[in-house]
Amino acid sequence: MATNTSGITLSNIEHFPGYVITRHLGLVQGSTVRAKHVGRDIMASLKNIVGGELKGYTELLNESRQEALNRMQAQARAVGANAVINVRFSTANIAAGAAEILAYGTAVVIQREV
Amino acid sequence: MADDLIAIAFIIFLAAVGYIFGSIGQRRHYRSITQREAQYRDILVFNEKLPPAEFAGQDFALVCGSVVMGGDYFRQILAALKMIFGGRLSSFEAMLDRGRREAILRMKAEARRKGARAIFNVRLETSTLSSAERNNKGGLPCMELIAYGTAWRAPDGAEKRAS
Repeated sequence: MATNTSGITLSNIEHFPGYVITRHLGLVQGSTVRAKHVGRDIMASLKNIVGGELKGYTELLNESRQEALNRMQAQARAVGANAVINVRFSTANIAAGAAEILAYGTAVVIQREV
Repeated sequence: MADDLIAIAFIIFLAAVGYIFGSIGQRRHYRSITQREAQYRDILVFNEKLPPAEFAGQDFALVCGSVVMGGDYFRQILAALKMIFGGRLSSFEAMLDRGRREAILRMKAEARRKGARAIFNVRLETSTLSSAERNNKGGLPCMELIAYGTAWRAPDGAEKRAS
């Protein structure tokens, strides 16, 4: 099975050909709230004059998404799952300069059909 | 009076810088996008949920690509003027198009790193980031574009058939 470092497989699909879901363990979630620091903010507003990708923000949001996924995987491991299926992401602006990244899904135990 | 002139000159200067570098950046970005799209064409992307039966039992993993795009100063002014009359805001269309294609390419790159051949259930998401609401200029447009899906390894023997 495709394993990442933590051993919990992730997917945004809920049925898998060739696999059976043996147990459903309920919703798991992970979230993180991140603020961009002033240096990044200044760089980004300079970059906003010429447009294009704002690399500082892309990195920031990628790190936060990874963190949210890691927390979700930790929760899944705690309930004894080996996969999280039907994963959804959601980003919310909670204040100017701070964003919440949320990842949630269903923790399950899946195994290959024999 | 002199202050006003300086302010106007500054805005014109910023708009000119934005226009010139924004256009160069956009052309360069589009060139790199078309080049990489050709390079990643062998990774198939579907927004259908289920992979076909051949993929049964293969390894899978979540893959995700994202990019934050900002509009340039000149096009923001242009868009603000355009909003009086309505109609297409082609400058923003280009920004979103570039961002979305870039996000899909990054997702494909991750799929390739994981040795996958096809991505199913691809979802595209757009969210607005309030980058500079504080300086009450209506906020600089700043969008996050995300593409994510489930990448699957090729079925056994598919590589042989393909070559």
